[in-house]
Amino acid sequence: MSRIESIAPSPEAVAESLAEQRYVADEGLATAIFLAIRLGKPLLLEGAPGVGKTEAAKVIARMLGSELVRLQCYEGIDAAHALYEWNYQRQLLAIRQAGEHEIDIYDDRFLIERPLLKVLRKPDASVLLVDEIDRSDHEFEALLLEFLSDFQITIPERGTLAAAARPVVILTSNRTRDLAEALRRRCVYHWIGYPDAEREARIIALRAGDVAEATARAVARAVRDIRARPLAKPPGISEAIEWANAATVLEKGGSPWPEAFRRAIGVLVKDEEDLAYLAPDFDKIVEDALS
Amino acid sequence: MSQLAPAADHLLGFARLLRSAGFAVAPEQSIALLRGVTLLGPRSMEDIRQAALATLAPQPDRRGDFDALFRAWFWGDAELAAEGDSDDETRVKDGNAAPEQEAEEPRSEKGGALSSGAERLGARRFAGRGSTLAAFGRALPTALPVRRSLRSVRTRSRGEPDLRRSLRAIARTDGDIPKPPKRRRPLVQRKLLLLIDISGSMKQHTADHLDLAHTIVRHAERAEIFTIGTRLTRITPSLKAADRDAALARAAGFVEDWDGGTRIGPALAAFLAIPRFAAFARGASVVLLTDGLERGGHAEMEIALRRLSTRAHRLSLCTPLAADPRFRPETAALRAVLPFLDDLVDGSSLEALTRFILSLARPAPAAETIWRKAS
Repeated sequence: MSRIESIAPSPEAVAESLAEQRYVADEGLATAIFLAIRLGKPLLLEGAPGVGKTEAAKVIARMLGSELVRLQCYEGIDAAHALYEWNYQRQLLAIRQAGEHEIDIYDDRFLIERPLLKVLRKPDASVLLVDEIDRSDHEFEALLLEFLSDFQITIPERGTLAAAARPVVILTSNRTRDLAEALRRRCVYHWIGYPDAEREARIIALRAGDVAEATARAVARAVRDIRARPLAKPPGISEAIEWANAATVLEKGGSPWPEAFRRAIGVLVKDEEDLAYLAPDFDKIVEDALS
Repeated sequence: MSQLAPAADHLLGFARLLRSAGFAVAPEQSIALLRGVTLLGPRSMEDIRQAALATLAPQPDRRGDFDALFRAWFWGDAELAAEGDSDDETRVKDGNAAPEQEAEEPRSEKGGALSSGAERLGARRFAGRGSTLAAFGRALPTALPVRRSLRSVRTRSRGEPDLRRSLRAIARTDGDIPKPPKRRRPLVQRKLLLLIDISGSMKQHTADHLDLAHTIVRHAERAEIFTIGTRLTRITPSLKAADRDAALARAAGFVEDWDGGTRIGPALAAFLAIPRFAAFARGASVVLLTDGLERGGHAEMEIALRRLSTRAHRLSLCTPLAADPRFRPETAALRAVLPFLDDLVDGSSLEALTRFILSLARPAPAAETIWRKAS
């Protein structure tokens, strides 16, 4: 506990260590992370695609000096993918090899660790990321519920394994469906929205490779303008960063400024209909952003 | 801590206030709030607000209500009115945001327009269709389109070998396995998404459609119901009640744009713009109950339907106008969207609609082919 306390003494300290890892967190997110770590509860991050939910988990793991164990969810994911699996082939081979001798086929040798079990065994040195939990189905959510409340797994052949300490767990969701209320209430919750233009410019400047500050600010303004329109896929922060990078590369290759932005549009808007919708206004958006 | 500090009492009071306003706040969340506030100092009101947001986890679409309640409780701010959305955008309402029992409570402040909507529906009486719907409800679970589940179940006979159970059987019977266990991916029902046009031009059919929607929600395994008019409203949770009259009255009270104008295009665009809603359409049987009479241009409707058709397993439009044998899809809007439709069928009566929905699993030629032959 003392190690955790020294890493996260206050929300501001958390925000600072995140900034050291080049992640700009607003006050709400820093507070949520602080509370999740100190209360020993899982952290549930929701938000549109591309606002930095997975990235947040990665920097939290780096901040705590732990290994990030990632569990990507999908429809049909089940216990064998999330908890553990026996290595049946090796077990059968071992039985044959043993012949008359006695052999424990439920030995560690035959146990394949899946993310949840892996975290359970090293709770101090790992951060569990359950990514895009909204993609899994209700059955899996129920399975996870059991794990998240007691941090233990029951293997019928071996008995119950409990974590020695409470591991840090981060869940992310794109909110393509409602999560069970039981899951929400076990977690510390934060909704990550799109940042304001000023903060987004800071993020771009930090994250993009070699982008001038003025470019970062122009990109942030233009992207905010584009997000305000009814698009099928509004650009996320990562797209904005790529756009700033791409435009800078093009500019160095000889395209003048507004032209470089236009030619790099393919990394920002990735939907043909959205492109057609934006095309008439696009020059004006870039002009406004550059002025 | 046997005796709570007065400050803690105040915080717990806020949790109670939230509950009375329809937020789901569990006791463990209240406890987390107290611990969170203690951890944070608290040095300022902002700390308490952040702790409340993080631990009580209000739904993002109810943040406005939450902030207003927070101000009212901690700052004594009397102004409880929720901020209005801008008018040019299609308003979206999600029936899930408020728990079912208290559905009417947080909205009581809006008064007039709402209660009149409930009255209108109350005035419509349904008679003589109970038996049609009952038969439909019984047939529905087995008649809807299915897909192969991604999750496997244990079976006795057909399927792939189940290694895990095989090994246990082998270990138990000392190398002997009389009957290898199997596993198989069963069939599950595809989602059924029903979009009901409740504009003025569909007025005489709305009661039928809601009745149908209630039966579907009660009997289909996975169904989502939305109403579209000038706004988009998700009414699935309101329709879950077993009692038909209660469910319909609740849905009626929840929808705010009865018998208004038609903005199918913008309403569908709003539907597609919300990832959570758009996900309902993926791989689903999408049934649109509308006459397709769009006010203004149909460009937006065309785009929205094209997008819907790329997501949906089957996209069907049921229009009451098709009951007329002289009907041809000749309005500009219908002609434009016809290539995207799998079916364009008669939706004038409950019999026609129920028959069509029960036939969704059977293949049929594309709507365009059928109507080209007809004309």
